[in-house]
Amino acid sequence: MKTLKQVPCGQTVKVTKLTGEGPVKRRIMDMGITKGVEIFVRKVAPLGDPIEITVRGYELSVRKADAEMIQVE
Amino acid sequence: MKIALAGNPNSGKTTLFNALTGSNQFVGNWPGVTVEKKEGKLKGHKDVVIMDLPGIYSLSPYTLEEVVARNYLINERPDAILNIIDGTNLERNLYLSTQLMELGIPMVMAVNMMDIVKKSGNKIHLDKLKQKLGCEVVEISALKGTGVKEAAEKVIQVAKRKTAVPPVHKFAAEVEDVLDSIETKLGSGVPEEQKRFFAIKLLEKDDKIGMQMKQAPDVSDEIKYIEKEMDDDTESIITNERYVYISSIIDECYTKVNTKEKLTVSDKIDRVVTNRFLALPIFAAVMVIVYYVSVTTVGTWATDWVNDGVFGDGWHLFGIESLYIPSIPELIGNGLAAIGCADWLSGLILDGIVAGVGAVLGFVPQMLVLFIFLAFLESCGYMARVAFIMDRIFRKFGLSGKSFIPMLIGTGCGVPGVMASRTIENDRDRKMTVMTTTFIPCGAKMPIIALIAGALFGGAWWVAPSAYFVGIAAIICSGIILKKTKMFAGDPAPFVMELPAYHWPTVGNVLRSMWERGWSFIKKAGTIILLSTIVVWFTTYFGWVDGQFRMLEDMELDHSILATIGNAIAWIFAPLGWGNWRAAVAAITGLVAKENVVGTFGILYGFAEVAEDGAEYWGALAGSMTAVAAYSFLTFNLLCAPCFAAMGAIKREMNSAKWFWFAIGYQTLLAYVVSLCVYQIGTLITTGAFGVGTVVAFLLVIVFIYLLVRPYKESNTLNISAKAMARVK
Repeated sequence: MKTLKQVPCGQTVKVTKLTGEGPVKRRIMDMGITKGVEIFVRKVAPLGDPIEITVRGYELSVRKADAEMIQVE
Repeated sequence: MKIALAGNPNSGKTTLFNALTGSNQFVGNWPGVTVEKKEGKLKGHKDVVIMDLPGIYSLSPYTLEEVVARNYLINERPDAILNIIDGTNLERNLYLSTQLMELGIPMVMAVNMMDIVKKSGNKIHLDKLKQKLGCEVVEISALKGTGVKEAAEKVIQVAKRKTAVPPVHKFAAEVEDVLDSIETKLGSGVPEEQKRFFAIKLLEKDDKIGMQMKQAPDVSDEIKYIEKEMDDDTESIITNERYVYISSIIDECYTKVNTKEKLTVSDKIDRVVTNRFLALPIFAAVMVIVYYVSVTTVGTWATDWVNDGVFGDGWHLFGIESLYIPSIPELIGNGLAAIGCADWLSGLILDGIVAGVGAVLGFVPQMLVLFIFLAFLESCGYMARVAFIMDRIFRKFGLSGKSFIPMLIGTGCGVPGVMASRTIENDRDRKMTVMTTTFIPCGAKMPIIALIAGALFGGAWWVAPSAYFVGIAAIICSGIILKKTKMFAGDPAPFVMELPAYHWPTVGNVLRSMWERGWSFIKKAGTIILLSTIVVWFTTYFGWVDGQFRMLEDMELDHSILATIGNAIAWIFAPLGWGNWRAAVAAITGLVAKENVVGTFGILYGFAEVAEDGAEYWGALAGSMTAVAAYSFLTFNLLCAPCFAAMGAIKREMNSAKWFWFAIGYQTLLAYVVSLCVYQIGTLITTGAFGVGTVVAFLLVIVFIYLLVRPYKESNTLNISAKAMARVK
């Protein structure tokens, strides 16, 4: 199963499922990362974590550990 | 009439609030929490109060800001909501709007940043938006001030109507069925217009809402059914349904010209600023500028001017010799002498009160310079990038990437350093930063380092760097230990952060933010600084000489109450190697200002005036303690409770007596333990002496290592009592 963590910079992917539970999952979903939405991976922070993505027309930064909860295709 | 202003962070909410209320603002805190509370009277309408709710993305139960905002909306029931949304970021902003609509409170939606939307050629169809959300919609530009008046009039209009329009948006049929059945179960205990909100919260298993309801019906069957039906948890189902609805209407409401290929100015800036290779050099350059201006040059000039000029020996207007302006203590002193004021009273006024006021005001100019930078960095969007760039390093110690700035400023002065932590949104990260910032050796601790290095280490080069090393190690270890404790492990800290588009802040907003922070320091920190300065003044200048209680001369410090206290508590420091009363007294006067340690030693050794590093009495000091004991004295003074001014800042930022004492207590305890270990283990190594103290030191080291490495699990619940917050009204 591919997760957002494995997506290289410059690629657009589609969210298939969100795993996990509780505040982090709710927060991720509140910010607009829901099933079926397209995510563009913009860049990785200079120290290698977190990553910057574009979702629903705005920029969001997500830690790689949390990006693992987002399954994509 | 009460109107709540609600919206996402970075939606221009503060700008709109300022435009609506002008200078009629009252800034405070929500009861029991550190979240800022702002309210103001609407310009031209004395009877209309605007309540600025914290910027939020959702009404979930997981962040402090969200809980504060929804408790206000549910319990206080404002007459109307003015929901500001960012027109350039419609989809995510509408997500909150769908939740606000369900509260059953009349609402007006103000679509902000319309000037930018129009400039880009995109179109927002307000009529469609109104039809699909069910509330009145107006377009504004808070920055340019257009449409603000109309928005205010509209919101008063709907508030007068008293009844809310039911929300238009619908979820999938199965979800709607389940919600219907829960609404029926709610019965007459819940007003009709609020039923949908409570039904959704019950379905979402939001127990904070459940607790606030008089009687919550059992909805576990509904939850079980829908979770099985849709193969997801109810919370995610509802969130998903909201976005599904928004996606279904967005094309009708928003016409986008094809900008896929074109990069906005903000994108271009971001490409450079957070570029893989350029990000760190640019970050370093920005930090150097902030530090150089607010600590090295302008800020320090301003602070020196206040401390040494206005409250010191007087100053010269424009630096011209002949234009001498006497200092405030001088003026007051002359005045008091002219009216023949008693010695003790003029002492109290000059050395107690005026010096105390000077200590408070002395920090203000430097702070204002720093606050201008912070306000600018925050509102232009760079502060979010600071967190983005530094997150990887700082999160390991339970701190935020934004903690870098308080720590950096803390190397100059801990007071503005602590105040700089205000930019950190997350409550836990902020408290952690406030507690650890003063471990960094500040400018005032330099003379102590110079004293110890000169007197006992022959001016060895490594003493000063080692002091910084101790400070940084204290921050890292404290971060790791504290984040595992009950006090901190309570609250979750999801780091899913919006990186807002860059834009130029307005001069007005930057200055207003600077002033608000500066004023809150004077007001909240001022009292504690003033009081403690007076107390220390009294204990320093009064005492028993030959069995008679009287006021003392400068050189009679060894007869003072302070010296008595020093003698009484000196034994506490014996295990640290410096249990003599002089060192104890010096450590106490260090609380007024750390550089006092050097001068106090001077007086106690019989020198009225000493150099900044106390070179005159190096020999005497070296005779009174061993090198290891002196280093233990140094570490204690570096790490223990900071000066009163910094304590005042900590009190202001913690905004809770419990947290304030926890912070001060922790700092002092850590200082004691570290110094004890330094002295006992250091003595063992240098002289081979082994005793009870050595055993204790080794035990403490073991406990310390255990606290560092013990496993822990990140918590998932927000550790505040919704009930307690609801009760405080």
